[in-house]
Amino acid sequence: MAKARVKVPASVKKGEVFEIKALVKHKMETGQRKDRKTGQKIPRDIINKFQVTYGGKEVFSSDWNPAVAANPYIAFFLRAEASGDIKFKWTDDKGKTTEETAKLTIS
Amino acid sequence: MKLTKMKIAAPLLSGALVFAVSAAALAADKKMNWGDKQVGEIRSGYTYAAPETRSMQDDDFANPGMVWTDDGKALWGKKDGKAGKSCASCHGADAADMKGVATVYPRVDERTGKLENIESQINFCREKRMDAKGWKLESNEMLAMTVFVRHQSRGMKMNVATDGAAKPFYEQGKEFYYARRGMLDMSCAQCHETNAGMKARANTLSQGQSNGFPTYRLKWQKVGSIHRRFRGCNKQVRATPYKAGSSEYLALELYLASRGKGLPVETPAVRN
Repeated sequence: MAKARVKVPASVKKGEVFEIKALVKHKMETGQRKDRKTGQKIPRDIINKFQVTYGGKEVFSSDWNPAVAANPYIAFFLRAEASGDIKFKWTDDKGKTTEETAKLTIS
Repeated sequence: MKLTKMKIAAPLLSGALVFAVSAAALAADKKMNWGDKQVGEIRSGYTYAAPETRSMQDDDFANPGMVWTDDGKALWGKKDGKAGKSCASCHGADAADMKGVATVYPRVDERTGKLENIESQINFCREKRMDAKGWKLESNEMLAMTVFVRHQSRGMKMNVATDGAAKPFYEQGKEFYYARRGMLDMSCAQCHETNAGMKARANTLSQGQSNGFPTYRLKWQKVGSIHRRFRGCNKQVRATPYKAGSSEYLALELYLASRGKGLPVETPAVRN
């Protein structure tokens, strides 16, 4: 699957609330379109799950449904507790996953 | 009596494109200071876009077009073809000599006398210098590379040559721009010159400037070339569109670029 971009501040203070932005390249095929040549429905292929773990613990997850645009962008907030890896994982209908890791340092 | 009048009016309204003005929106537009995105009467498509769309373009992270820029950057350093070269082999890893390229294309190739845009130039390099197969126009690779190359000139002012060898192409493009076509019998100028800022049904008409292309269009859900936009416009006036990369569209691309002289390159812009 395609590439992802994530934005996490390089370092934050302990206890600080900070914003995380994530964008993934995905065509988000709705399942409503028909192939013009064959008349067959193009099967749905959207990202249905987005999960974020921080230091091994799940801190954010969401189920996605149809009507989310292609190349979905999401922003959310976390509170800094300890330095660690923030791992992002997108799973689509075909079971393909895209993963991305960002390092967070507590200053 | 009333009924007959309505019967006559209804097909007229639905059959022709109806131009309408939102007076409040126009008044608000006039007060805005668009910075370098407006040069005199020339306004970038940015100035016609909704505030949400503009903020999407302004934030390099939220701008989905930047994903294609990243893809193009990866392709830039990737070796391909029998010559074992990548773009970076000749032009440098940082693509510094691509700076300003977007401002002068399309331009006439002195060796062949043909009008070349960035896409055809990329394929020239791929075929002649890298000994690789040219990319299909509007393929993901071609779009990504075009966005990447044009992105290097972001913020620089458009300044294509329209004299000398480019003159006949400029004239051809100008003729295309003002020629009425299609079942609706409309020219580019009728929407984008006479009625820019007005509405065609629910859509705001812009001046049709090309400085942001290839643009991430929300309707397309991806990046698209200026020739794709031309095809869309031609279809809307119910004319048969030309092919991407055709001589007609190349000439029009040159003429459009000349109409936008002085506007900054915005690639990848975000439009609705």
